[in-house]
Amino acid sequence: MKFLKFFLIVIILFPLSIVNAEENDKRNKITKNLRCLICQGQSVYDSDSEFANSLKIVVDKKLQEGLSEDQIYEYFKTKYGEWILYDPGLNKNTYILWLLPILIFLIGGAIIYKTFIVKK
Amino acid sequence: MKNKILPFSVIIIFGIIFFIFYKGLEDTKIYTPDVNTKKEIPVFNTKEFFSGENVKSLSIFEVDKVYLLNIWSSWCVPCRQEHPLLMNLNLENKLNIIGMNYKDNLKNAENFLKELGNPYKEIFIDLDGTIAIEWGAYGVPESFLIYNNKIIKKYIGPLNQELVDEINLLIK
Repeated sequence: MKFLKFFLIVIILFPLSIVNAEENDKRNKITKNLRCLICQGQSVYDSDSEFANSLKIVVDKKLQEGLSEDQIYEYFKTKYGEWILYDPGLNKNTYILWLLPILIFLIGGAIIYKTFIVKK
Repeated sequence: MKNKILPFSVIIIFGIIFFIFYKGLEDTKIYTPDVNTKKEIPVFNTKEFFSGENVKSLSIFEVDKVYLLNIWSSWCVPCRQEHPLLMNLNLENKLNIIGMNYKDNLKNAENFLKELGNPYKEIFIDLDGTIAIEWGAYGVPESFLIYNNKIIKKYIGPLNQELVDEINLLIK
Protein backbone atom coordinates (compact mmCIF):
# COMPACT_ATOMS: atom_id res chain seq x y z
CA MET A 1 0.00 0.00 0.00
CA LYS A 2 2.84 2.32 0.92
CA PHE A 3 4.54 1.48 -2.32
CA LEU A 4 1.36 2.28 -4.25
CA LYS A 5 1.10 5.69 -2.58
CA PHE A 6 4.72 6.43 -3.36
CA PHE A 7 4.20 5.29 -6.94
CA LEU A 8 1.15 7.56 -7.32
CA ILE A 9 3.02 10.58 -5.96
CA VAL A 10 5.90 9.98 -8.37
CA ILE A 11 3.50 9.67 -11.30
CA ILE A 12 1.73 12.91 -10.36
CA LEU A 13 4.86 14.93 -9.68
CA PHE A 14 7.10 13.68 -12.48
CA PRO A 15 5.36 15.48 -15.40
CA LEU A 16 5.20 18.65 -13.29
CA SER A 17 8.96 18.68 -12.81
CA ILE A 18 9.44 18.27 -16.56
CA VAL A 19 7.15 21.23 -17.25
CA ASN A 20 8.99 23.31 -14.64
CA ALA A 21 12.37 22.36 -16.08
CA GLU A 22 11.25 23.28 -19.58
CA GLU A 23 9.97 26.64 -18.39
CA ASN A 24 13.19 27.24 -16.48
CA ASP A 25 15.29 26.47 -19.58
CA LYS A 26 13.20 28.85 -21.65
CA ARG A 27 13.47 31.56 -19.01
CA ASN A 28 17.25 31.11 -18.80
CA LYS A 29 17.59 31.24 -22.58
CA ILE A 30 15.57 34.46 -22.79
CA THR A 31 17.34 36.20 -19.89
CA LYS A 32 20.73 35.25 -21.36
CA ASN A 33 19.79 37.11 -24.55
CA LEU A 34 18.65 40.22 -22.65
CA ARG A 35 21.24 42.86 -21.80
CA CYS A 36 21.28 44.29 -18.30
CA LEU A 37 21.10 47.96 -19.24
CA ILE A 38 22.48 49.35 -16.00
CA CYS A 39 25.40 46.92 -15.68
CA GLN A 40 27.25 47.07 -18.98
CA GLY A 41 28.68 43.82 -20.28
CA GLN A 42 26.36 41.53 -18.32
CA SER A 43 23.23 39.72 -19.35
CA VAL A 44 20.07 39.84 -17.24
CA TYR A 45 20.72 36.17 -16.42
CA ASP A 46 24.19 36.94 -14.99
CA SER A 47 23.25 40.09 -13.14
CA ASP A 48 21.80 40.41 -9.67
CA SER A 49 20.97 44.11 -9.92
CA GLU A 50 17.53 45.44 -8.99
CA PHE A 51 16.81 46.09 -12.65
CA ALA A 52 17.80 42.56 -13.75
CA ASN A 53 15.84 40.92 -10.93
CA SER A 54 12.69 42.83 -11.90
CA LEU A 55 13.23 41.88 -15.53
CA LYS A 56 13.47 38.20 -14.57
CA ILE A 57 10.10 38.47 -12.78
CA VAL A 58 8.57 40.11 -15.88
CA VAL A 59 9.94 37.31 -18.11
CA ASP A 60 8.36 34.73 -15.76
CA LYS A 61 5.03 36.57 -15.85
CA LYS A 62 5.06 36.82 -19.64
CA LEU A 63 5.87 33.11 -19.95
CA GLN A 64 2.98 32.30 -17.64
CA GLU A 65 0.73 34.49 -19.77
CA GLY A 66 1.66 32.21 -22.66
CA LEU A 67 3.81 34.61 -24.68
CA SER A 68 6.36 33.08 -27.04
CA GLU A 69 10.09 33.85 -26.91
CA ASP A 70 9.87 36.24 -29.88
CA GLN A 71 6.85 38.01 -28.40
CA ILE A 72 8.79 38.58 -25.16
CA TYR A 73 11.76 40.00 -27.09
CA GLU A 74 9.39 42.25 -29.01
CA TYR A 75 7.83 43.44 -25.72
CA PHE A 76 11.22 44.44 -24.29
CA LYS A 77 12.23 46.01 -27.61
CA THR A 78 9.24 48.36 -27.48
CA LYS A 79 10.13 49.31 -23.89
CA TYR A 80 13.92 49.70 -24.14
CA GLY A 81 14.84 49.56 -27.83
CA GLU A 82 16.94 47.11 -29.85
CA TRP A 83 19.95 47.54 -27.51
CA ILE A 84 18.38 45.28 -24.89
CA LEU A 85 18.77 42.26 -27.20
CA TYR A 86 22.16 40.58 -27.54
CA ASP A 87 21.08 39.00 -30.80
CA PRO A 88 19.78 41.86 -32.93
CA GLY A 89 17.40 41.19 -35.81
CA LEU A 90 17.84 42.37 -39.39
CA ASN A 91 16.68 45.97 -39.76
CA LYS A 92 17.86 49.29 -41.21
CA ASN A 93 20.37 49.81 -38.41
CA THR A 94 21.89 46.36 -38.50
CA TYR A 95 21.79 45.36 -42.18
CA ILE A 96 25.50 46.20 -42.65
CA LEU A 97 26.31 43.92 -39.73
CA TRP A 98 24.46 41.04 -41.34
CA LEU A 99 25.24 41.64 -45.01
CA LEU A 100 28.90 42.66 -44.85
CA PRO A 101 30.32 39.18 -44.14
CA ILE A 102 28.25 37.69 -46.99
CA LEU A 103 29.34 40.51 -49.30
CA ILE A 104 33.02 40.09 -48.40
CA PHE A 105 32.72 36.33 -48.86
CA LEU A 106 31.17 36.76 -52.31
CA ILE A 107 33.66 39.39 -53.48
CA GLY A 108 36.60 37.44 -52.06
CA GLY A 109 35.30 34.28 -53.72
CA ALA A 110 34.95 36.09 -57.04
CA ILE A 111 38.52 37.40 -56.79
CA ILE A 112 39.91 33.94 -55.98
CA TYR A 113 37.88 32.42 -58.80
CA LYS A 114 39.08 35.02 -61.32
CA THR A 115 42.74 34.94 -60.38
CA PHE A 116 43.30 31.27 -59.70
CA ILE A 117 40.67 29.23 -61.45
CA VAL A 118 40.02 31.21 -64.64
CA LYS A 119 43.79 31.74 -65.19
CA LYS A 120 44.36 28.00 -65.22
CA MET B 1 43.84 46.72 -67.28
CA LYS B 2 42.66 43.40 -65.81
CA ASN B 3 45.64 43.33 -63.47
CA LYS B 4 44.69 46.74 -62.10
CA ILE B 5 41.09 45.83 -61.24
CA LEU B 6 42.08 43.35 -58.55
CA PRO B 7 44.26 45.62 -56.35
CA PHE B 8 41.81 48.45 -56.94
CA SER B 9 38.81 46.44 -55.74
CA VAL B 10 40.77 45.12 -52.75
CA ILE B 11 41.68 48.68 -51.75
CA ILE B 12 38.05 49.78 -52.10
CA ILE B 13 36.78 46.87 -49.97
CA PHE B 14 39.32 47.55 -47.25
CA GLY B 15 38.50 51.26 -47.49
CA ILE B 16 34.81 50.51 -46.87
CA ILE B 17 35.60 48.19 -43.96
CA PHE B 18 37.96 50.77 -42.47
CA PHE B 19 35.28 53.46 -42.80
CA ILE B 20 32.64 51.32 -41.08
CA PHE B 21 34.92 50.40 -38.19
CA TYR B 22 36.16 53.98 -37.87
CA LYS B 23 32.55 55.18 -37.67
CA GLY B 24 31.92 52.49 -35.05
CA LEU B 25 34.80 53.81 -32.96
CA GLU B 26 33.19 57.24 -32.83
CA ASP B 27 29.91 55.84 -31.47
CA THR B 28 29.58 55.88 -27.73
CA LYS B 29 29.77 52.49 -26.05
CA ILE B 30 27.79 53.75 -23.09
CA TYR B 31 24.11 53.09 -23.49
CA THR B 32 22.18 56.30 -24.06
CA PRO B 33 18.45 55.77 -23.84
CA ASP B 34 15.97 57.67 -25.93
CA VAL B 35 14.49 60.34 -23.65
CA ASN B 36 12.22 62.15 -26.12
CA THR B 37 9.70 59.40 -26.62
CA LYS B 38 6.07 59.99 -27.42
CA LYS B 39 5.03 56.61 -26.11
CA GLU B 40 1.65 55.88 -24.60
CA ILE B 41 1.73 55.31 -20.87
CA PRO B 42 1.30 51.67 -19.85
CA VAL B 43 -1.90 50.26 -18.38
CA PHE B 44 -1.43 48.44 -15.08
CA ASN B 45 -3.03 47.58 -11.77
CA THR B 46 -1.36 48.49 -8.51
CA LYS B 47 -2.01 49.43 -4.89
CA GLU B 48 -2.39 52.85 -3.36
CA PHE B 49 0.46 53.71 -0.98
CA PHE B 50 -1.45 54.89 2.11
CA SER B 51 -4.68 52.90 1.92
CA GLY B 52 -3.37 49.75 0.23
CA GLU B 53 -6.45 49.73 -2.01
CA ASN B 54 -6.27 48.43 -5.56
CA VAL B 55 -6.04 51.15 -8.19
CA LYS B 56 -6.00 51.12 -11.96
CA SER B 57 -3.55 53.32 -13.87
CA LEU B 58 -6.41 54.66 -15.99
CA SER B 59 -7.97 56.24 -12.90
CA ILE B 60 -4.70 57.96 -11.91
CA PHE B 61 -3.81 59.66 -15.20
CA GLU B 62 -6.52 61.81 -16.75
CA VAL B 63 -6.51 63.17 -20.28
CA ASP B 64 -5.73 66.91 -20.73
CA LYS B 65 -3.69 67.12 -17.55
CA VAL B 66 0.07 67.34 -17.13
CA TYR B 67 1.62 64.84 -14.76
CA LEU B 68 5.09 64.20 -13.49
CA LEU B 69 5.55 60.59 -12.49
CA ASN B 70 8.45 60.29 -10.08
CA ILE B 71 9.92 56.90 -9.21
CA TRP B 72 11.37 57.07 -5.70
CA SER B 73 12.44 54.99 -2.79
CA SER B 74 13.47 55.66 0.80
CA TRP B 75 16.72 53.70 0.33
CA CYS B 76 17.75 55.76 -2.69
CA VAL B 77 20.19 58.53 -1.76
CA PRO B 78 19.75 60.66 -4.94
CA CYS B 79 15.98 60.67 -4.23
CA ARG B 80 16.71 62.59 -1.04
CA GLN B 81 18.65 65.16 -3.05
CA GLU B 82 15.88 65.76 -5.57
CA HIS B 83 13.04 65.74 -3.03
CA PRO B 84 13.24 69.48 -2.12
CA LEU B 85 13.01 70.28 -5.85
CA LEU B 86 9.85 68.20 -6.12
CA MET B 87 8.42 70.03 -3.09
CA ASN B 88 9.10 73.35 -4.85
CA LEU B 89 7.64 72.11 -8.13
CA ASN B 90 4.50 71.13 -6.27
CA LEU B 91 4.17 74.53 -4.60
CA GLU B 92 4.96 76.69 -7.60
CA ASN B 93 2.56 75.39 -10.21
CA LYS B 94 -0.35 73.12 -10.97
CA LEU B 95 1.74 70.18 -12.04
CA ASN B 96 0.30 66.92 -10.70
CA ILE B 97 3.16 64.94 -9.25
CA ILE B 98 2.49 61.23 -8.95
CA GLY B 99 4.84 59.03 -6.96
CA MET B 100 5.80 55.44 -7.66
CA ASN B 101 7.34 53.88 -4.59
CA TYR B 102 9.91 51.42 -5.93
CA LYS B 103 10.86 48.18 -4.09
CA ASP B 104 10.58 49.79 -0.70
CA ASN B 105 9.71 49.02 2.88
CA LEU B 106 6.45 50.90 3.42
CA LYS B 107 7.34 51.99 6.97
CA ASN B 108 10.65 53.46 5.78
CA ALA B 109 8.89 55.15 2.88
CA GLU B 110 6.33 56.74 5.23
CA ASN B 111 9.13 58.01 7.47
CA PHE B 112 10.89 59.42 4.41
CA LEU B 113 7.77 61.44 3.54
CA LYS B 114 7.27 62.56 7.14
CA GLU B 115 10.84 63.79 7.29
CA LEU B 116 11.07 65.50 3.89
CA GLY B 117 7.42 66.29 3.05
CA ASN B 118 4.98 64.82 0.56
CA PRO B 119 4.93 66.52 -2.86
CA TYR B 120 2.81 63.76 -4.42
CA LYS B 121 -0.84 64.08 -5.34
CA GLU B 122 -1.06 60.31 -5.37
CA ILE B 123 1.39 57.51 -4.68
CA PHE B 124 1.20 53.92 -5.83
CA ILE B 125 3.51 51.08 -5.00
CA ASP B 126 5.70 48.85 -7.14
CA LEU B 127 6.92 46.15 -4.77
CA ASP B 128 8.77 43.93 -7.25
CA GLY B 129 9.85 46.56 -9.81
CA THR B 130 7.71 45.13 -12.60
CA ILE B 131 5.60 48.28 -13.05
CA ALA B 132 8.82 50.26 -13.53
CA ILE B 133 9.72 47.82 -16.33
CA GLU B 134 6.28 48.50 -17.92
CA TRP B 135 7.27 52.17 -17.96
CA GLY B 136 10.64 51.37 -19.52
CA ALA B 137 12.45 52.66 -16.43
CA TYR B 138 15.96 51.68 -15.35
CA GLY B 139 15.86 52.33 -11.61
CA VAL B 140 15.46 55.10 -9.09
CA PRO B 141 15.13 58.05 -9.29
CA GLU B 142 13.48 58.54 -12.62
CA SER B 143 10.76 60.98 -13.74
CA PHE B 144 8.34 61.03 -16.65
CA LEU B 145 6.53 64.11 -17.90
CA ILE B 146 3.10 63.04 -19.12
CA TYR B 147 0.44 64.87 -21.10
CA ASN B 148 -2.68 63.35 -22.69
CA ASN B 149 -1.58 59.89 -21.53
CA LYS B 150 1.65 60.18 -23.50
CA ILE B 151 5.20 60.38 -22.16
CA ILE B 152 6.59 63.72 -23.32
CA LYS B 153 9.96 63.46 -21.68
CA LYS B 154 11.91 61.05 -19.54
CA TYR B 155 14.41 62.18 -16.88
CA ILE B 156 16.80 59.43 -15.85
CA GLY B 157 18.55 60.08 -12.56
CA PRO B 158 17.84 62.82 -10.01
CA LEU B 159 16.28 66.09 -11.12
CA ASN B 160 18.33 69.26 -10.73
CA GLN B 161 17.43 72.95 -10.94
CA GLU B 162 18.23 73.07 -14.66
CA LEU B 163 15.84 70.19 -15.39
CA VAL B 164 13.17 71.70 -13.14
CA ASP B 165 13.43 74.94 -15.16
CA GLU B 166 13.05 72.87 -18.32
CA ILE B 167 9.94 71.17 -16.92
CA ASN B 168 8.48 74.58 -16.01
CA LEU B 169 9.12 75.78 -19.55
CA LEU B 170 7.58 72.69 -21.11
CA ILE B 171 4.36 72.86 -19.11
CA LYS B 172 3.72 76.55 -19.70
